[in-house]
Amino acid sequence: MTVPSSDGSGALRVEGLHKSFGKLEVLRGIDLQLAEHEVVCLIGASGSGKSTLLRCIDLLEPIDGGRIFVHGEEVTARGIDVNRIRRRIGIVFQAFNLFPHMTVLRNVTLAQTEALKLPRAEAEARAVELLERFGLAEKKDDYPDRLSGGQQQRVAIIRSLAMQPDILLLDEVTSALDPELVAGVLDLIRELAAGGMTMVIATHEMGFARDTARRVCFLDEGVILEEGPPERIFTEPHEERTKRFLQSIIEAGRM
Amino acid sequence: MSVPGGGGAPELYELPPGRTDLPRSRSRLFAGLRQEGAKGVLIAVVSTIAVFAVLTVVIVRSPNWPTVRQSFFDWQQFKSSLADVAPKFLRNIQYFMIAEVFILSWALLLAVMRSLPGPVFFPLRLISIGYTDLFRGIPTILIVYLLGFGVPAMQLPGVPRSNAFWAVVALILSYSAYVAEVYRAGIESIHPSQIASARSLGLTRLQSLRFVVIPQAIRRVIPPLLNDFVGLQKDTALVAFVVAIPEAFKQGQLDVSATFNYTPLLAVALMFLIITIPMTRLVDWLIARERAKRQGGAAL
Repeated sequence: MTVPSSDGSGALRVEGLHKSFGKLEVLRGIDLQLAEHEVVCLIGASGSGKSTLLRCIDLLEPIDGGRIFVHGEEVTARGIDVNRIRRRIGIVFQAFNLFPHMTVLRNVTLAQTEALKLPRAEAEARAVELLERFGLAEKKDDYPDRLSGGQQQRVAIIRSLAMQPDILLLDEVTSALDPELVAGVLDLIRELAAGGMTMVIATHEMGFARDTARRVCFLDEGVILEEGPPERIFTEPHEERTKRFLQSIIEAGRM
Repeated sequence: MSVPGGGGAPELYELPPGRTDLPRSRSRLFAGLRQEGAKGVLIAVVSTIAVFAVLTVVIVRSPNWPTVRQSFFDWQQFKSSLADVAPKFLRNIQYFMIAEVFILSWALLLAVMRSLPGPVFFPLRLISIGYTDLFRGIPTILIVYLLGFGVPAMQLPGVPRSNAFWAVVALILSYSAYVAEVYRAGIESIHPSQIASARSLGLTRLQSLRFVVIPQAIRRVIPPLLNDFVGLQKDTALVAFVVAIPEAFKQGQLDVSATFNYTPLLAVALMFLIITIPMTRLVDWLIARERAKRQGGAAL
C-alpha cells in the first residue's frame, strides 16, 4: 500500500529515520525534505552519519525505523521492489567504484541495458552524449585504470546520470581526489545543479556547498542539528557544535 | 637457500633497489644470474656439470644399476611402447577436456550457491558446503573406484554402463569440490563496494553477480584454476584402475606385463609431461604477469 505524501510535490521526504550498526546508533531520527530541483548539502564530521543517510535513501542499507518517500511513494514500504527504486535514485561514492573490467562506455551502458532493458544502441547513444557533454568522449574505450581519479569520478557520475534518476546522491565524491582534480568534478556537479537535478550532496567542500546548495544541513551524531540557507549556516550558526565544526574546517584551510 | 627469510618474496633480492616493478620469472631458474653477467653464467655451467656428474657416478655405480637400466631404461622398448601408448593418450586428453568443461561450470554453480546470503538460501549453502566437504574429504581414487565399478554394476535402466564414463564422472565430482573453493576465494576477494555500486544502479543480485562479481573473480583465479587443471590431467590416469579399454597408463601397464620391462611407464610419463610442463609454465607466466600488473597499479 503506497501512501502518497501530503503535498505530492516533494522529490524526497525522510521521516524519523533510524539506523544502527549493531549497538552503534548511527542515525537517530533524521527528518529531511527536498523539493524538486532542490540541492541540499550535508556537512558534518566523519562519522556523523552523512554516508549512512545517503546509503539508506538508496536502500543499500536496511533501516531500523522511519520512512522514506520518493515523489510521494513510500520506498521503505514492505514488499517494494528495491531494484525499481534504486533505478530512480542515483548514488555516487567517494571511491568511484567503477567496474574495472569494463570500458568506460560499458560502465555507463551496463545498467541501462540490463536494469532498464534499453537496446544497446540507445544506451550507447545516451552514454556517448553524456560523455561528450562532460568532455570524456575520447575516453569511452579506455578501462577505468587508465583514467585519472577526477576522470573516473566524472565517469561514475555519468554512469548514474545515464539512468536518468529522479534524485542524485553524492557521497563525498571529491574526498578521494588529488586537489588539482577536484575542480573538474565540482564544475560538473554545478552544471547539474544549474540544470535542475535534485541532489543531496555530502561534502567537505564548504565553498562549493555555499555557492551550490539552496540549503545546508549540519549532521551531528546522527541527527540534523541545524539546517538553513548556506549564508546563514556559514556566517551565523546557532548551535555551538556547528560553530565548532566550521571553526575546525576554517583552521584546516578548507573554507 | 641463499636468500635470508625465504618464502615471501625472495625475488625482490634479485632486483636493483627501486626496480620491483619488473615482471619477474616465477620459475626462479635464472635467479641472480643476470646481475653476475658472464661470470654468473660460467659459475652456473660449472656447478651444473659438477652436480650432474656426481649424480651420474652415484647412480651408475650403484650395485644393481645394470639390471635397473635394462628394466627401466630400455631404448628399444621405449620407442616401441611410445608408439603403443601415444594413441591411447588421446583418450586421456578426451577425458580431461570433457571433465574440465563440466568441472568449471558445476564448480561455479557450487561457489555461487555458497555466496548467496540470507535465510532463504540456507539449503543451497548447506548443499554446497556439504558437497565440498564430502568430495574434498575422499581420495579421488576411491571415488573413481566406487563410481567406476559401482554404478555400472547396478545395471540401472537408461544409465550408461561404461566404467570409463563413470570414472570421468568421479573425476568431475571430485575436482568440482576443489575448483568451487578456488572460485569462492575469487568471489570473496571482490570488494563489497563493487556490489554496492552494481546494486545502486538497479541491477538485481543475480545481475550483479553475473556482470560485475563473477567476471572479475574468474580473472583473478585463472592461475589456480589452471593449476587444478594440471592436476586433473594427471589424474586421468586414475581411470586406468576401472576400465577395460585402455587409456595411456593402462596401456603402459599392459605393455609392462607383456614384456616384463618397466620402460613403457616412462613412455606414459613422457606423454603426461608433454602436456603438463607447458601448462605449468603458462600458469607461472600468468601469475608473474598478474603480480606485475598489481604492483604497477599500486605504484600509481
